[in-house]
Amino acid sequence: MVLIKEQIKKIDKSIVEEVVEDELLERFKSCYQCGTCTGGCPSGRRAAIRTRDVIRQALVGLDDDLLSSDLLWLCSTCYTCYERCPRDVPTTDIIIKLRNIASHRGLMKGPHLAVSKMLIETGHGVPINDEKWSNLRKSLKLTPLPPTVHSFPEAVKEVQTIIKELKFDELIAYGEEVKKKLAEEEKKRAPERIEELEAELKQLKEEAGK
Amino acid sequence: MTESSDITRDYDLYLGCVAPNRYPMIEASTVQVFKKLGINLHDMKGASCCPAPGVFRSFDIPTWRAIASRNITIAEQDRRDIAVMCNGCFGTLLEANHLMNSHPDQRTETNAILEKVGRQFEGTVKVRHIIDILYNDVGPKAISDMVIQPLRGVKAAVHYGCHLLKPSETRPWGKDENPTFFDDIVEASGAESIDYKDKFMCCGAGGGVRAAIKDVSMDFTREKLSNMKDAGVDIIVDCCPFCHLQFDLGQVEVKAMFGEEYRFPVIYISQLLGLAMGISPYDLGLIATKDKPPGTPPFIPTEPFVKKVVEGM
Ligand code: SF4
Ligand code: SF4
Repeated sequence: MVLIKEQIKKIDKSIVEEVVEDELLERFKSCYQCGTCTGGCPSGRRAAIRTRDVIRQALVGLDDDLLSSDLLWLCSTCYTCYERCPRDVPTTDIIIKLRNIASHRGLMKGPHLAVSKMLIETGHGVPINDEKWSNLRKSLKLTPLPPTVHSFPEAVKEVQTIIKELKFDELIAYGEEVKKKLAEEEKKRAPERIEELEAELKQLKEEAGK
Repeated sequence: MTESSDITRDYDLYLGCVAPNRYPMIEASTVQVFKKLGINLHDMKGASCCPAPGVFRSFDIPTWRAIASRNITIAEQDRRDIAVMCNGCFGTLLEANHLMNSHPDQRTETNAILEKVGRQFEGTVKVRHIIDILYNDVGPKAISDMVIQPLRGVKAAVHYGCHLLKPSETRPWGKDENPTFFDDIVEASGAESIDYKDKFMCCGAGGGVRAAIKDVSMDFTREKLSNMKDAGVDIIVDCCPFCHLQFDLGQVEVKAMFGEEYRFPVIYISQLLGLAMGISPYDLGLIATKDKPPGTPPFIPTEPFVKKVVEGM
């Protein structure tokens, strides 16, 4: 996790400052930690995300743990918490903003990088990438390709121009780079980890023997 | 034809990704049903991914807003409001349209990008979910007048999904934790909407959870399916291709992951209405033709449901 810490140190602004850059998210600061958001969260019922804690952590600035964990990506953006917050804190939009901050530090998930590459290449997040999809369309008396970017190469170029202008392609390339470095770090740490596990095992055996 | 003559009868149909590229029966049935109702859905040429709110909005808001605004400018050029079949696409296009119209700074910033592709966002069109058009313009009464084969005895679990309803401040029906407008449209077909536990809970597909944290995503779906089973429903009716995929393919995945087996046919609202209006179940993608390629949806067959309806339940 050294690398992630380095990434985060590079940015001196605290998370709270970054989040409230957007005037709409000012209300964020009025959270009084009642927990209504957590109570109605369908993801929190089965996974580790606790919406109230996400808001609190972002407020007090425990940024590295929050940004590098899975927590932010467990939100299905259902907006239940957003609707129910008695203080009108735009909870879901804050989570989305935090995800933007994480993404800009190269901390996107692997499948998210993959779907982004689809968008960059084709203009569709879920493109027709197998003949069977065109054949399915034909079996329903539809054109083999829909009248979307799939039928208009110049439209794909427009989307790609927008992506280049906003450096979204670079963001995805950066995410892949960080992912690779993290995997290498993990690999380097593997022998250490094996030692640790062996020591644990030895201890367990000793305890079992007692 | 419906009675009311003052409603908009021409829209640009925004397709998105999942409907045209994975579940084209949703596209085919919607076009046919709207035609029967006297509303023309026109091609929105060169539209791209909306882009998906859970993923792309999460990665980079300016890119999300610019690509969404580009899509909206296509309809602006066509001088037609946008009809949307997907809750996610509806969320993206509605929110982006709202932001561009209410935040001059964001509009200026995004228009500077759109200028590079010869476009400008003008703010001249509305973004409407087909459920909004069906309920508020056509109306359940006019729909039921078109029904020639009432789906009597069919017990439906209606799934609204999230972004049809929330955030409520920009939605046409406002804040309501227990709305019934979608149930009213379903019941116009003659089917019965059955109440079930946590009906308004998310299907689990959104927010990039399906892509990145599959077991959690499928556990949402498992819970919903189990609640539907407890209520004794025959079918699931939805109004979003991504929820549709999550329930259809999801039943196969839930079985593989949790060993729980469900066999609910998953029916998109236009397939349901089309069947009741007497459109051929082959054209609606409810009965597979011999040309349907292997390995394509629906993964839970819908034929048994259609046969039951046709033979009378
Ligand atoms: S519901 Fe609102 S005020 Fe209460 S903890 Fe959540 S964000 Fe804070
Ligand atoms: S929007 Fe996210 S955090 Fe809020 S209730 Fe839904 S899943 Fe939970």
